[in-house]
This record gives sequence, C-alpha cells and structure tokens, in this order.
Amino acid sequence: MVDILLEGIYILAGFVSLMAGIMAFKDENHPKRIGTTIFWGLLGLIFIFGPYVPPVLIGSLLLFMGFLTATKQVTFGSLKNSTEEFREEKAKQVGNKIFVPALSIAVVAFGVAQFTSLGGLVGLGFGAIIATAFALLTTKTNVKYVSHDGSRLLQQVGSASILPQLLAALGALFNAAGVGKVISDGISGIIPEGNILAGVIAYCVGMALFTMIMGNAFAAFAVITAGVGLPFVFAQGANPAVAGVLALTAGYCGTLMTPMAANFNVVPAAILETKNKNRVIISQVPVAFTMLVIHIVLMYTLAF
Amino acid sequence: MKLIGILIIVIGFILKLDTIAVVLVAGIVTGLVGGLGFTEILSTLGEAFINTRYMTIFLLTLPVIGILERNGLRERAAYLIKKLNSMTAGKVLMIYVFIREVAAALSLRLGGHVQFIRPLILPMAQGAAENKYGQLSEAQLEQLKGYSASAENYGNFYGQNVFIASGGVLLVVGTLDELGITVTPLAVSKAAIPVAIIAFLVAVVQYYLLDKKLTRLQTVQNQNTSTNITNRNEVE
Repeated sequence: MVDILLEGIYILAGFVSLMAGIMAFKDENHPKRIGTTIFWGLLGLIFIFGPYVPPVLIGSLLLFMGFLTATKQVTFGSLKNSTEEFREEKAKQVGNKIFVPALSIAVVAFGVAQFTSLGGLVGLGFGAIIATAFALLTTKTNVKYVSHDGSRLLQQVGSASILPQLLAALGALFNAAGVGKVISDGISGIIPEGNILAGVIAYCVGMALFTMIMGNAFAAFAVITAGVGLPFVFAQGANPAVAGVLALTAGYCGTLMTPMAANFNVVPAAILETKNKNRVIISQVPVAFTMLVIHIVLMYTLAF
Repeated sequence: MKLIGILIIVIGFILKLDTIAVVLVAGIVTGLVGGLGFTEILSTLGEAFINTRYMTIFLLTLPVIGILERNGLRERAAYLIKKLNSMTAGKVLMIYVFIREVAAALSLRLGGHVQFIRPLILPMAQGAAENKYGQLSEAQLEQLKGYSASAENYGNFYGQNVFIASGGVLLVVGTLDELGITVTPLAVSKAAIPVAIIAFLVAVVQYYLLDKKLTRLQTVQNQNTSTNITNRNEVE
C-alpha cells in the first residue's frame, strides 16, 4: 500500500518536472530553450518510468544531463512572478491566511507520519496536494498558475535540485569502490577501538573538517558515515536516527567556517558589501565551535 | 588512490566547475579506480538514483509555494517582521533566527540573504543600533553585516532538519539505508529538535554579546574623537 502510494507520489513529482520542461519549450524568450527542456523532461521521465527500465540507461541519461549542465544548457527562462504592486496588494488583502496553506504541508506530513502507518513521505505528498488546493481557494488564483509557478520555481532552483540525489548515488559508488574502508583503516590507527567517546569525537570532528574541505555537508556525510560513523559509532550500538542527524548538523558547523561553502558565506558577504570578504565566517566561528562541542556531548549522551 | 574521487570534488569545487558534472566525474573515476567496469558504474549510479527519488520529493511542494509567492507570502512575512518595533540590533537578529528556524522546520521557503537579510534585517538592525548610538562607525557597521548574515545561516542550518521531508533528513535515511541500517524520516526529524533549540540559545548569547560589543566600540570611538579634538586644540 505504502509502496503504491509512494510510486504515485514520484509520478506526480515527475509531472512537476515534466511541466517545467514543457513550459521551457513554450518559452520563446528562453535563452537555452532546448537544453533546459531536455533536462527537466528527462528528469520527469526518470521519475515516472525509472523503476521499469534498466539502471544502465538511467545512469547514461544522468551522464547526459551532467553534460547539459556542464555546458551551461540548463538555465532560467522568462517565467514571471506577479508584479511587486500586485503582491503588496494581495498580501494586505489575504492577510495572515497566506501562511495557512504553507503550514498545512508540514502539519499534514507530520500528522500522517505520527498517526498512520503511511510514513512521512506519503504524508508530504498528501500535504502538498491539500496545500495546493487550499492556496488556490484562499488566494482565489487561477488553476493555470499551478504549472506556471511550479515551473518558475523549479527553473529558479535549477539543476542543483538533483544534487542530493546524485550525492547519495556518489556515496553508493564510493561504497562499491571501497572508499569507506580506506578511510576507516586510516582512522583506526589513530583512535582506540571500542572507545565510544573517541568514536563520537572522530565522527563529529571528521564531519566538520571534511565539510570544510568539500564545502558541502551532504557530500561529506556519505563518505564520513561509511568510513567513520559505521565502524566507530553505529557498530558500537548508537541510535542511528540520533547519531545520524547529529553527524549531519556537526557537518553544518564546518559549513559555517569555510569559504568553500560560497553560497552561505562568500556570496552573502558580497551581497551585504562587507569590506572583509570573510566577515560572515569571522562572525560565525565562535558559534560553530560551540555548536561542534555541543554536538559531541549530545551524540555521546543521547545516542547511547 | 581510491580517495582520488574526493580530490576531484575538492578541486572541482575550488575551481567552481559545474557541481553536477564534478560529482559525476568523481563517481566514475572512483568506480574505475576501485575496479568496477563502466557498465557496472552506470548501473550502480542509475539504481542508486532511482532508489533515492524520495530525496527530490520536494518538487511536489513547488507549485503551492510558487502560488503563495505570487500572492505576497514574502511581503506578508516582511510586514510582520517590520511590525516588531526594533529594540536593539541583537534582539532583531534573535527574533529573525527564531522565525527562520520555525519556518525551516515547517518547510517554508522564507528567508535568504538576498530576500530578507539585505533588504530587511540588516536595515532593521542598523536602524535599531543608530537609534541607540547615533551614526555608526565603519567597524560597527561591518560587524553588524557579518552578524546579520549569520542569523540566516544559523536559522536555516539548524532548523531545517526538524522538517520530516527535508533534504538532510532524507539524506540521513538514505545513506544509512545504503549501509544496511533502517530508520524512519519521523525518527530522524524528531532527533533534530534538541539541536534546533540549542542553536537558537547559542545564537541568543552571541547576539546579546553583539549588543555589548557595539556599545564598547562606541565608547572607544567616542574616546578617539575626544582625543582628536584635544590634540587639535593643543596644536591650535
């Protein structure tokens, strides 16, 4: 039952992407019309038909999509948001009711996950559908904007939206190639085996350091969890949900301290026109350090 | 040698090459070095991508967020924040971190350095500081800019995993699943709550200290100006 519902939700998500492809194709003023159409179209088809075709084909399509983004063929078109005056006017008219549909996504997702056996993902699907209906009603918006605004946002977020999924796939490849083993062999020489505190420190600090190097906690998570988390924390009986999420946010402590995470640290400094381009990082270092220590304490006490 | 994929990612990110292409190349090279065939690499990649489709399920929420944006979601949020008559610079930032965390926990795409910090939060913090200290020195303004940008990052980073279908939660579920450990998104998102609360408290402490620091910078500045004046008087 859950699987069927989930497959239906993936198909709906595929339609959102497919729609972005179609809107890009119809967009005469789109600077990279064909490449963008192909990228979102393929992603949509992969979501809808993925399980029924050979994985090799999916892998090849992903390579082709990577070629499209590398050659800058996937960009934002000319889909417009409403004018500023219209938004100001509507904000006044609709008032705080505007938050209700938005809140309903999370509330429905949490409710379904907590009180039924359908799980959070199905809950999110229901939440999104209910919220869309709510939004159309409370704002009295024409249904045609479901595809217009969905496509607008997806093109805005851009090709990076498939990054988490690709990084997970990268983790799978790293595992298959034995990268985790190389790292854990390297670490096991340093930290005493069977010592929970040493394992926790290695996992949290490893996440922060590796995130600082790679500039991306998601990418670091797959590698460090396989190399350090699994042998030195999870194998010692840690609660996986607690240790897992704490390791990820320990990585965010690294994000706060690295210019490699340009979008969070360097770009904002430019946007705010600071004299020192590392000003944002400088402000964040004390909090990042404090939070990292807190993460070690929390993982040691809450996960064991 | 097997770590070459990591090296590729680091170099690719430093050179600001296309992220997706860099990740794909790193994966393929690592697979080849690890002794996998090219077809095997492609099917590992394809299979993992299909198995992790749930990570991109946020696509479903884009139409509704887009419609709400069209009808003034951000404008309304900005209006509500502005109504909080600014007290001190630090308190403006504390309130923003709180709002940003709650929004992230509810999957609301509010916030952003471009959309909120530059046009709204920094001016509010600056306005509050100027009310108190008069014209700000360059050093004070520079401090204020750094701290304002940090408020967005703290709220975003430590609040987002409380949402059950956030990218981070699903990454934890998916990565552990690949390693043979089963967890539910609900359990992971509940486990993110303590850090969200603690991060808010740590931010509160930092912004409380910011208010102190601004006062101190002000006093130093005043002393400097008065010494300058004295010096000039002596010359005259």
